[in-house]
Amino acid sequence: MLNQIGNYSLYIALLSSILIIIQSPTLLNQNNINVSGRIFSLISIQSLMIIISFIALIIAFIISDFSNEAVYTNSHTSKPLFYKITGTWGNHEGSLLLWLLVLSIFLLIFTITSKNLSNKYRILTLLFQEIIIAGFLLFILFTSNPFMSLFPIPNEGTGLNPILQDPALAIHPPILYLGYVGTSIIFSSSLAALISGSVNKTWAKHIKNWVLVSWIFLSIGILLGSIWAYYELGWGGFWFWDPVENVSLMPWFCLTALFHTILILEKREMFHSWAVILSITTFSLSMSGTFLVRSGILNSIHTFANDPSRGVFILCFLFILITLSIFIYFFYQNKIKNNFTKTYIVSKETAVLVNNLFMMFFLSVVLIGTVYPIFLEVVNNDKISVGPPFYHKLIVPFLIPFLIFMAIGPNLNWIKDKINKINLQQLLFFILSIIISFIFLKSVGISYLFSLPLFIASIFLFLITIKNFSVKKTNLSQKISHFGFSLFILSVLVNGVLAKEYSSNMKVGDERKFLNKTIKFESLKVYESKNYQSLEANFKISDKNNSINLKPEVRVYDQPQTITSEADIKSTLYSDNFLVFNILKNDGFYNVRYQIKPFMIWIWISIILISFGGILSIVKKNG
Amino acid sequence: MVKNIKLIAVVFLVIASFFILLKGLNKTNNYSPNLNSSNIDFNFKAKFLYSNEETTLYELINDKDFSLINIWASWCLPCRDEHPYLLNLNSLGKLNIIGINYKDSEVNAKKFIKELGNPYSKIVVDPSGVNSIELGAYGVPETILIHNKSKTILKKYIGPLDDEKLTELKMIIKNEN
Amino acid sequence: MKIKILVLIIFYLISFFNLSHGANSEKVDQISKNLRCLICQGQSVYDSQSDFALSMKILIQNKIDEGKNDEQIYDFLKSKYGEWIVYDPEIRKNTVLLWVLPLILFVFGGILIFRKVSIK
Repeated sequence: MLNQIGNYSLYIALLSSILIIIQSPTLLNQNNINVSGRIFSLISIQSLMIIISFIALIIAFIISDFSNEAVYTNSHTSKPLFYKITGTWGNHEGSLLLWLLVLSIFLLIFTITSKNLSNKYRILTLLFQEIIIAGFLLFILFTSNPFMSLFPIPNEGTGLNPILQDPALAIHPPILYLGYVGTSIIFSSSLAALISGSVNKTWAKHIKNWVLVSWIFLSIGILLGSIWAYYELGWGGFWFWDPVENVSLMPWFCLTALFHTILILEKREMFHSWAVILSITTFSLSMSGTFLVRSGILNSIHTFANDPSRGVFILCFLFILITLSIFIYFFYQNKIKNNFTKTYIVSKETAVLVNNLFMMFFLSVVLIGTVYPIFLEVVNNDKISVGPPFYHKLIVPFLIPFLIFMAIGPNLNWIKDKINKINLQQLLFFILSIIISFIFLKSVGISYLFSLPLFIASIFLFLITIKNFSVKKTNLSQKISHFGFSLFILSVLVNGVLAKEYSSNMKVGDERKFLNKTIKFESLKVYESKNYQSLEANFKISDKNNSINLKPEVRVYDQPQTITSEADIKSTLYSDNFLVFNILKNDGFYNVRYQIKPFMIWIWISIILISFGGILSIVKKNG
Repeated sequence: MVKNIKLIAVVFLVIASFFILLKGLNKTNNYSPNLNSSNIDFNFKAKFLYSNEETTLYELINDKDFSLINIWASWCLPCRDEHPYLLNLNSLGKLNIIGINYKDSEVNAKKFIKELGNPYSKIVVDPSGVNSIELGAYGVPETILIHNKSKTILKKYIGPLDDEKLTELKMIIKNEN
Repeated sequence: MKIKILVLIIFYLISFFNLSHGANSEKVDQISKNLRCLICQGQSVYDSQSDFALSMKILIQNKIDEGKNDEQIYDFLKSKYGEWIVYDPEIRKNTVLLWVLPLILFVFGGILIFRKVSIK
């Protein structure tokens, strides 16, 4: 029953897509026809249908309707209700339906909020957006239908992968998708603006909110994924340069560049073409991300089920969209106003260009690092791995000048600024940062090649961003975001330099010394939870002044039968105590890994600050 | 003119990427045995399962035309499934099947052989898994066919043997003779 | 008793091997972070607890004890498993573009900006 409801509503949604696509060219030629008529009702019907199908899927998961194949392969009656619901998008089919849901809701919001803009621009945006929606609907209906019926109906499902049963990961995909899908609106509207010849101040003002919204969701989405990786995968790392992580980082770089460019377009009517190119690229990267993750072409921890036919479909769809946008760009390029005046070398405009240059560089490193192995294997049959050392080697040296530019740039004036202004106050801060870095690195005894300049640059940025709070000129949201970024870099550096790790094989009752601390394996107990059994250890970490207890677990899930290690983490403002244990083959011994990770919590806080700056900027505009 | 060249260049790039990615989709992205390093280290040292003597791969191999190195463990379920195939291969009489017992307990390994039969001419133990890595292996079960005269790897199978692989192995042995 | 049963179940499912001789060397960690655990879908040997990764760590420790340097250990593993095992591809004919292309793009972008900017 639910399967039929889901299927039919998806077909109706597809039908409305086709109707809108067919009708829009005729509407384009009739001026002054209000879009809010027929097209608006079609869009509303479409959104409604997609919402219904999504709710149908959620209900199927909640009531464990195993006549649905997606429910059967990804759920189980013994699962807690919360994970039954989040299991809806914890699988390939369901997550695509979520993509689609967000796509259609965003389009609805766009239609409602763009009423004062030109008719042609709106209809063209709708047209491009509907092409994307139709593509996704076809993809869902013909290669990954979440409403496939099973007969005979199985009694029990096969369960959701236990490592996905986690609160951070439950909301991570929806948030990330909001970011990805937001870029589709930017894409459609930039093409529409290009064709209707309205790449200008008004467009910049309108699209800026969408850029911000996507950027905020993407930032928070990446943050959640990273927090999850921190306590669930691996040993206390939070970023692995895994292809799937990279894929979410690429549109982030692009969006950051785009946001800065849009600001200039809004204030100074410059860089029109560049803004359009960035808009197209951002969405292409989001879509490529979907392709890379869903097709199984990548080798990653996060890869979903591998089905070549799905890969071929997304690839063709992606290819069509990109080619289409390239042709549109080249044909309508001359419609863009070209009142280009050279910018003065010391000005805010140049600073934004430099920001863009660095963003594009970081993007290209991540992009090339991620896809190069695929290309090389196809072309030369040579298999290589590109991992953390590659990214560090290429990104770190460029981070140093980038941080310094970031400290100087935002304080420059529009159009033209004096060079000597840079030298005065900032020189003082720079000297101060050299002294601080030198003392700090000496005291911890680190002497890597890039450490000193990197610390100098990041402390410099940190001091300048703090100082900027006292300057009235720039806006508050920018100050917060930039300060957040400097805090982020600094925390990552300090964390990397000062992290300490200890691993040993221990029995219950054993005691080990590590630095000035004692690690005691106090006890071990078994408890049963709804869908897993747990072996919970109790460790006492004590030094002279105080002691903490850490209780990591090893869980054995029944459906499907899997073992996970749950680290126990105690966070304070200064450092995280991270402990995880594993069972060894010889009786009684457990492999214990204990880590002290200084300023870990500041990495999360700083990303929240960065995003908060963006939120503030939206609220202020509309308030 | 410049505009057209740019357009052509960009479109060309996109089309090239499209076909490369399309081709990439058909490739497996998981590990695949690499035969580039077909020479193996014959000096690896290991102890026998049934005696405490130490031996080298070199000593184990000097027997028939072909050697088949099979990495197994009693705790590995697929190894149980592939065992009949090894017994079948052994009955051909052309192969010198060497077992490497991977990260196992002596008692369990002996029980496994007693229960299911012994296709191996020799069994050595690899309690730490290091020997297997020196052979370039990934895990259990894994099977490596070696041509004794030329001391080269002819074929490598990751995962349990099955009907298909058995036929292929027999073909290779026939053709190489 | 319950603990024992659960521990046994877990043995059966994963069969870990103990790293009895204190593999708690920073050197092993450092090297294993740069190695791909070939059987575990994009994790490093350092991050993985699979049999393959555990044996690999012992092997690395053995090689260090034998007095081999990092380069020799990487080369040894590359000869066994191919270039795929290291996360840090060396610069050779096939990988020149990987390392140089981002740098070329940076320079190219820099020139573009410089042409748009007047110094006067």
